[in-house]
Amino acid sequence: MARFLLKRVALSVITLWLLSVIVFTAGQVLPGNVGRAMLGPFADQRAVDALNHEMGTDRPLLVQYGGWVSRFVRGDMGRSYAYRAPVAPFVGTALANSAKLAAVAFLLVVPFSLFMGVVAALHFGRPADRIIMVAGMSATIVPEFVSGIILILIFGVWLKWLPISATWPAGSGLFGQLHHLLLPSIPLVLVLFGYIARMARAGTIEALDADYTRTAVLKGLPQGTVLWRHVLRNALLPTVSVIATQTAYLVGGLVVIETLFHYQGIGSLIFIAANKKDFPMLEAGVLTVGCVFAVASLLADLIYSWLNPRIRYGAGE
Amino acid sequence: MSETSAAPTIVPEITVAQERRERLAQLLASPTFLIGLAIVAFWSACAIFGHSVVPYDPYADDMLNTLLAPSREHPFGTDSLGRDVLSRVITGSRDILTVAPLATLLGTLGGTVLGLFMGYSRGLLDEVVSRIVDALLALPTVIVALLALVALGTSKMTVVLVIAFGFAPIIARTVRAAVLTERELDYVAAAKLRLEGPLHIMFAEILPNVAPPILVETTVRLGYAIFTVATLSFIGFGIQPPSPDWGLSISANYGLIGGGYWWTVLFDGLAIASLVIGVNLLADGLEGVVNG
Repeated sequence: MARFLLKRVALSVITLWLLSVIVFTAGQVLPGNVGRAMLGPFADQRAVDALNHEMGTDRPLLVQYGGWVSRFVRGDMGRSYAYRAPVAPFVGTALANSAKLAAVAFLLVVPFSLFMGVVAALHFGRPADRIIMVAGMSATIVPEFVSGIILILIFGVWLKWLPISATWPAGSGLFGQLHHLLLPSIPLVLVLFGYIARMARAGTIEALDADYTRTAVLKGLPQGTVLWRHVLRNALLPTVSVIATQTAYLVGGLVVIETLFHYQGIGSLIFIAANKKDFPMLEAGVLTVGCVFAVASLLADLIYSWLNPRIRYGAGE
Repeated sequence: MSETSAAPTIVPEITVAQERRERLAQLLASPTFLIGLAIVAFWSACAIFGHSVVPYDPYADDMLNTLLAPSREHPFGTDSLGRDVLSRVITGSRDILTVAPLATLLGTLGGTVLGLFMGYSRGLLDEVVSRIVDALLALPTVIVALLALVALGTSKMTVVLVIAFGFAPIIARTVRAAVLTERELDYVAAAKLRLEGPLHIMFAEILPNVAPPILVETTVRLGYAIFTVATLSFIGFGIQPPSPDWGLSISANYGLIGGGYWWTVLFDGLAIASLVIGVNLLADGLEGVVNG
């Protein structure tokens, strides 16, 4: 178990390091000099040099990278070019907002897709199974902004059931916030549904085929008990890790959904920073997303290994 | 698949051809494959011939007839510049159906070569590339593409390259997994005994046997490429104006839907949805035949 843990943490660190290099390199390709770009073509050369020196953009790349990473680790994400203010508070607020939206999406998608996956498995090979799987994969591949637009038209414009902006009026209670977050979360649910349902289905089919299930049936346990105690418990194991890896896709979807529904989360922060070429903000946003993903997948692996005795006792190595 | 690939050197040529015909017949009997094929063929025809059959010039502004609701003259209405929406939806398939397949093709080529080397040689290359793949998979394609496009500048070529780069490691991973099982089989050992070089073994012996899973993966990736290009166009980093591209049109017009101008976005949305679902059905049909 300890060896597994150590290996897993090392993998996360390598992943994050590679990610930081990619993000930093992308930031360096920005042509020209940052001070000049910020102050404009007519600014005094001395002012440009002074600004470059102040921001550290005149130092060697390796030094800049080292400084950037060590500051990021300590929570200092640099200063935004566009707002001339520290980046960290923006990222913090945005992350909290996105977390709310993501939480609503997850609360909807996890039970729904597990249920549909299990239903499909119990009807293995029959029309219900085919319909759930094909519909699930089709829902997964339709871009979020397309399903978002269609949902806005149906529920926001024609039926007028739900607000078309995700930003709730100041002072809204939990219910008011949920009311505004429901419509934006559905496109995210649709994109995540197919994959999670597919995993739940595969896990259930495997568990249904297993010897312990046959034993349970043969010793005369009622069907419901077999399903709950023997099949589902084992079937949901692989699904846990899939749910965590979906976080990354969720954040990709957030860029679009938060733009479409005018919501100030990490996705729209990345989108706005990209449009303004505000690299410190963009880098901080993307790296934060990477960290969230790394932590989520680490947690998923821990839960998985804790649930799975083969790994817990080191036999899985 | 494993039975068919186990002994291709012994099996006479005729049986291979027969089996190929059998698989084709199986494909043509699969309703999901046929529906997908019909949808994709329809949009491909629009991309190729659309410009010569549309009733109006998709680029022509008509300031006297802006935001007209669907009518007999304009079955899908007109947009905020008075352009005919039907003509734009029909011609809007051209850009996305050039960029997405090109990106998929490049990504598949790169990923296949990389995956063959990784799976066949194992060792350091495999280890290093696998870690890079893990790191890349830790970020959604849309975000990586956005980051790269901000740095490189947006053009059709950069979009193609960025998506191809993003897809290559994912495809490499699939190819590597397939190669790992193939390289232990007898026909590879036989080729080694005949003193064939590693390049010959990889490309002439193993590649034909891992082609079916690569084909499936490529079709799945094509769906994601369309997804990514459409999304990038919607956020302004994909196909650029004045193209009648669907994602771009939705991005230009979605601010109007609060005012009830639904026809400016609905048809483009349905077009994207039908295209990706069509590709997905194709992939599903192929997968069903390849995996038995």
